[in-house]
Amino acid sequence: MQAKKLNVKDKYRLLTRDLDWEFSYEDRKEAFPYEEFEGIKITDWDKWEDPFRLTMDAYWKYQAEKEKKLYAIYDAFAQNNGHLNVSDARYVNALKVFLTAVSPAEFASSNGFAWAGRHYGGAGARVAAQMQSIDELRHYQTQIHAMSHYNKYFDGFEEFPHMHDRVWYMSVVKSFFDDCRSSGPFEYIVAVSFAFEYVLTNLLFVPFMSGAAYNGDMATVTFGFSAQSDEARHMTLGLEIIKFLLEQHEDNVPIVQEWIDKWLWRGYRILAVVAMMMDYMLPQKFMSWKEAWELYFEDAGGALFKDLERYGIKMPDFTETIKNEKDHISHQAWWVFYSHGHAAAFHTWTPTAEELDWLSEKYPDTFDQYYRPRLEAAAELEAKGERFYTAGLPQLCQTCQIPMFFTNVDEGKPTEIVYRESTYNDERFHFCSNECKHIFDREPEKYVHAWLPVHQIFQGNCGGGGLDEVMEYYRMGLGEMNLDYKGSPDEKRWKKWKGVA
Amino acid sequence: MTLEIKTSNIKPIRNTYGHIARRFGDKPASRYQEATYDNAALVNFHYKPLWDPDHDLNDPRRTAIHMEDWYALKDPRQFYYGTYVQNRAQMQEKAEGNFSFFEKRDLGARLSEDVLSKCVRFLLPLRHVEQTANLNNMHCSASTNYCTALAQATKFEAMDRLGNAQYFSRVGLALDGNSGSTLNEAKEFWMTDSAWQGVRALCEKTLTVKDWYETFLAQNLVFDSLLNDLYYRQMDAWLSVNGGQDLLILLDFMSSRLTDSQRWVDSVVKLTAAESDGNKELVQSWISAWRISAQQALEPLASAMLGEEALADAFSALETRLGKIGLGG
Repeated sequence: MQAKKLNVKDKYRLLTRDLDWEFSYEDRKEAFPYEEFEGIKITDWDKWEDPFRLTMDAYWKYQAEKEKKLYAIYDAFAQNNGHLNVSDARYVNALKVFLTAVSPAEFASSNGFAWAGRHYGGAGARVAAQMQSIDELRHYQTQIHAMSHYNKYFDGFEEFPHMHDRVWYMSVVKSFFDDCRSSGPFEYIVAVSFAFEYVLTNLLFVPFMSGAAYNGDMATVTFGFSAQSDEARHMTLGLEIIKFLLEQHEDNVPIVQEWIDKWLWRGYRILAVVAMMMDYMLPQKFMSWKEAWELYFEDAGGALFKDLERYGIKMPDFTETIKNEKDHISHQAWWVFYSHGHAAAFHTWTPTAEELDWLSEKYPDTFDQYYRPRLEAAAELEAKGERFYTAGLPQLCQTCQIPMFFTNVDEGKPTEIVYRESTYNDERFHFCSNECKHIFDREPEKYVHAWLPVHQIFQGNCGGGGLDEVMEYYRMGLGEMNLDYKGSPDEKRWKKWKGVA
Repeated sequence: MTLEIKTSNIKPIRNTYGHIARRFGDKPASRYQEATYDNAALVNFHYKPLWDPDHDLNDPRRTAIHMEDWYALKDPRQFYYGTYVQNRAQMQEKAEGNFSFFEKRDLGARLSEDVLSKCVRFLLPLRHVEQTANLNNMHCSASTNYCTALAQATKFEAMDRLGNAQYFSRVGLALDGNSGSTLNEAKEFWMTDSAWQGVRALCEKTLTVKDWYETFLAQNLVFDSLLNDLYYRQMDAWLSVNGGQDLLILLDFMSSRLTDSQRWVDSVVKLTAAESDGNKELVQSWISAWRISAQQALEPLASAMLGEEALADAFSALETRLGKIGLGG
């Protein structure tokens, strides 16, 4: 029985993919039915390189150690009223955006990976996907637990799952994950593991966690550090899956290119909310959106796409548009939320004089010219007791579901809003950009089904036609979690705790 | 005498999230409650799944079972991610100790040829059965995305079963000096030995079942009950009296894990059947059908491994278990 000892790679193979076998009694396609409908060709699952060789025993051990430390900090945070140590109560609004918009997406992602991790024909890829599925459950639950303490002292956290399924701006994130979950297993993993995790994590996860670090939020920053090694694994999987698909068959290349283009754009559109969070919602700022984009996408992403060139993959054409938009989107997004502040589950405000100067410095080419005057005018109205709220509802893009606020920066017209449209089955659909129109045009039968919140309100499906009824449908109330930060119950409590008038 | 450390006392404006308060009242909630209840998406999905256009993305109609409140099917262990991994980490630490004790003392060398060959032929192929259980539970987890209580517990079961498959593989590696030769032999038995073909066919069949609740019953109740009795009671006893006791410490993880897993499965099935006559009939008809399949599948294996009475004994253990959860014949 004494044969040659196995190396680590072969041993891991025995502990994962060798568990699989060739079927004799059932058609294997009945057990793994979704491998072919997307047109992806897998010629040999054995070519899958395990991106990390983690077995369950090691998984339990490492993860349990991390959980133990994390929950010890949560307990200490609660015991010591850690919420009193944040830079300013305005900061907490960034957390409200996170819990209501991002955390439920972690659960959707956990589900997507469970489905994919059940359906890949190759056991190596299945195990990697399953581990990510349970990791994403971890992120969902540890975020709920981290926010649990804030929920006891601030408004805007308490209805997060209810709101995620209903409130107008949450549909931007929800539709993203509904979109990838309703796709096949390969599009799903390209969307989430590659486009989102590998290319964009540094622009979503990192900004929120760095924001927490800069603003004295020990619970969130500890979560961030604790999740870091999970995220590193997820990013490694993203790169492995893309290389695997491209190496399997040349016919996969154009399909994967389409997916990369689609999902980078979809992901980028979601980041508008991160941009606004970084530039407007953090009392202590660590970096501007523009700087983050340049560092994490233009530099790091450029190198990545250089590396993928040998497979015939190109950097998407629209990166020029994104480059042009980086001076604008945070300001445009904040204005949308500021002016619709009665329908947002967090508080909005006009920046302080110091913050306006910071924005001028970070956006020398655009801020003073296009955005400062509007914010100053809003502040003047506030001072007169006439805080501005718009009465209308925004028109939403059929694809990304963001209000149509993006402007024609590509043609040097930053004050002109971009409108694009397509006709399908005699109905007209509207888009915020060429890219969102292109995504729709490729799969119109899918995107016509989008549950567009504003359309739903007008159709009477959100409690009724009046603002009060919609607010009730959202469980938002009036004057607690929404409206301006000034005069809010959050502000009053904060001042009382801090002993300021 | 108690010490009272003064902390700044700030009165909370609420004790828990709105959906938790509506279910349990506005009082401090447990971490299991906040991690589990009413936080899965149920409405306003944007697109139909391309792979299942007749259902919504999260849809309770992927099974014929009806529940007024799916969260009634909670986990009596109250496992959420944090408590789950910490519990299993303790168990794996013990298992790790067992494996290193076994290898350090070279206990494999003390096993007789008879015990060794029995182990390779009958024990090690279970790694493929465990991988089937992994996939079946992952199917349940993916399909119960509308109820976190079920989605998480089935996911934990799936990961447990992958762990089991890996522990069985390590048993082989502990016996063949890390060469993998026993695992290759065992796989040959799995693929060609007539004693195993019924079980393999049954595993392949369970992987084609669409209704997740049927998968859950076939795998976690019927099939597992029978295998558990055959292996962790009868085979265990055989090893004990045939000089194979040392091998048992390598199976300790799998057999102790069963206790808590069965408690959860029993609780889920019991509550489902108690919900309505419709559910009860459905559950019973699925159990009956899978009992017949399991009987045919396991007969050759049980006879070759333990003798002719073995399967009948296992069926009476299943009968007892069904009786306890109100489904006795």
